[in-house]
Amino acid sequence: MALDDLYREVILDHYTRPRNKGTIDGADITVEGANPLCGDELSVYVKLTGGRISDVRFVGRGCSISQASASMMTDQIKGKTLHEARALVGQFKAMMHGEEVPEEELGDLMALQGVRKFPVRIKCATLAWVALDQGVEEFESARGKVEAKATSEVE
Amino acid sequence: MLAERVREDFPILKQTVYGKPLVYLDSAATSQKPRRVIDALVRYYQEYNANIHRGIYRIAEEATMRYEQSRGKIAAFIGATRPEEVVFTRSTTEAINLVAYAWGRANIRAGDEIILTEMEHHSNLVPWQLLAAEKQAKLRFIPFDGQGILQLDEYQRLLSERTKLVAVTHQSNVLGTINPIKEIAMTAHAAGATVLVDAAQSVPHMPVSVGDLGADFVAFSGHKMCGPTGAGVLWARYDLLDAMPPFHGGGEMIMLVQLESSTYKDPPHKFEAGTPSIADCIVLGEAVDYLQGIGMAAIRAHEQRLTDYTLRRLAEVEGVTLFGPRQLDRRGGVVAFATDVAHPHDVAQVLDQEGIAVRAGHHCTQPLHRRLGVAATTRASLYLYNNESDIDALVRGLHVARHLFSPRPAPAKR
Repeated sequence: MALDDLYREVILDHYTRPRNKGTIDGADITVEGANPLCGDELSVYVKLTGGRISDVRFVGRGCSISQASASMMTDQIKGKTLHEARALVGQFKAMMHGEEVPEEELGDLMALQGVRKFPVRIKCATLAWVALDQGVEEFESARGKVEAKATSEVE
Repeated sequence: MLAERVREDFPILKQTVYGKPLVYLDSAATSQKPRRVIDALVRYYQEYNANIHRGIYRIAEEATMRYEQSRGKIAAFIGATRPEEVVFTRSTTEAINLVAYAWGRANIRAGDEIILTEMEHHSNLVPWQLLAAEKQAKLRFIPFDGQGILQLDEYQRLLSERTKLVAVTHQSNVLGTINPIKEIAMTAHAAGATVLVDAAQSVPHMPVSVGDLGADFVAFSGHKMCGPTGAGVLWARYDLLDAMPPFHGGGEMIMLVQLESSTYKDPPHKFEAGTPSIADCIVLGEAVDYLQGIGMAAIRAHEQRLTDYTLRRLAEVEGVTLFGPRQLDRRGGVVAFATDVAHPHDVAQVLDQEGIAVRAGHHCTQPLHRRLGVAATTRASLYLYNNESDIDALVRGLHVARHLFSPRPAPAKR
């Protein structure tokens, strides 16, 4: 178990120079995630334009793994539809739980594979992803209710 | 140095981790065990394993005798006037819950107030939250200052005729602060309140006499004082124990059981329902013998010297913020700190690779960390077997962590 397996250069780069750090005024999705075990907290903001993620940012405090993972996530989901973003969440979580996933789809995120050897840190890596997933789900179920209401009114 | 004499007694300190010698700096979580404690556990299971206070046969009598002997050793160790004031529990947590449940339910009413501090471990906070919610009582908190010292003038203001209990830690498991229990207890008693002390971090590390403390309840754990896990202690004034209703009901704690009602044994047995952790309780007596052989004053002096060294060495590391009192007579060997560039979990992970065991996180004190304005800290905690070379290893590990997590120049565009 070498430390380099956990702290790959790309992870340290995202930790020390996080991408998309900040908030979005008027975000379509705002969601908070927390890891009660270590007190790490993080918020994710998503702006949608024409059904795609046109902007995504995060703020929070936490360890290098949770912060780097959040930074990499924002890089990767920009431009995706919510459906595509959730599919990526599924693949990322699958990878973190030891399943084989196509490398080309995860790109730089593969660097977080090393975290699997450190079981207590897996939750750090998935913190932002679990939060995003929850935010999208809440957004879609709220929209579903609005649409169902609109449909029933039409009928 | 004391450590050089006693290190031989602890087999685990000969272990290597990732090929490096184990540097154990997490004794506030649990202490390591000397060989004679480990041997005594094996001896119980190999030679006289039997249930206590029941069997009419040789080994059951021996187990019972040694269990009660251990109670007596613990009573003497903490200066209790009689062994019946020592109740065996599973842990400090269970001891505090016992008081919250048995004493609290009988004595706390709607509108009453319980005074705690902002530096309590969750185990001396959550049981009182549960009780207060059930009884519609109020919790009040003594704040601490920038040095981690309790603000006693604020305590004076909080005390009133509504105060029924003051429950306070003797030594903070994060700040290391040693609180002036004698003074706190005297003031509480003058106001008519009962006093509970969480002594989990003090009894293992310094001479503690329940008489000197002047408290009514004192709780501590065996596993933090070279004993096995599974044995904790509640000391209480006998008259309080005698007046309290039982905690758990069951075998062992009864005199006469009828279908509709029962009568109970006298303390401490009234509070020891069911089969206890017999081996662990017996062997805690062995741990007490071991500590007394060395001397609690010698242990305290050793830790004070090493705490001084630790604080000075850590202060030399760039970007390290230390928490807790600077005065050595106001603190114990628990040193929590933050670094500017690395999160505590990352620090602990890097240290682990060097064979160094520290704690990272909130150490079961979320409100305290909120008060410090940090989500988490890294904590190094000392005991009799730690030496300066352990601290030197810690400092070397911190330099590695700082280097790893320091901002680096942006990579050249490919």
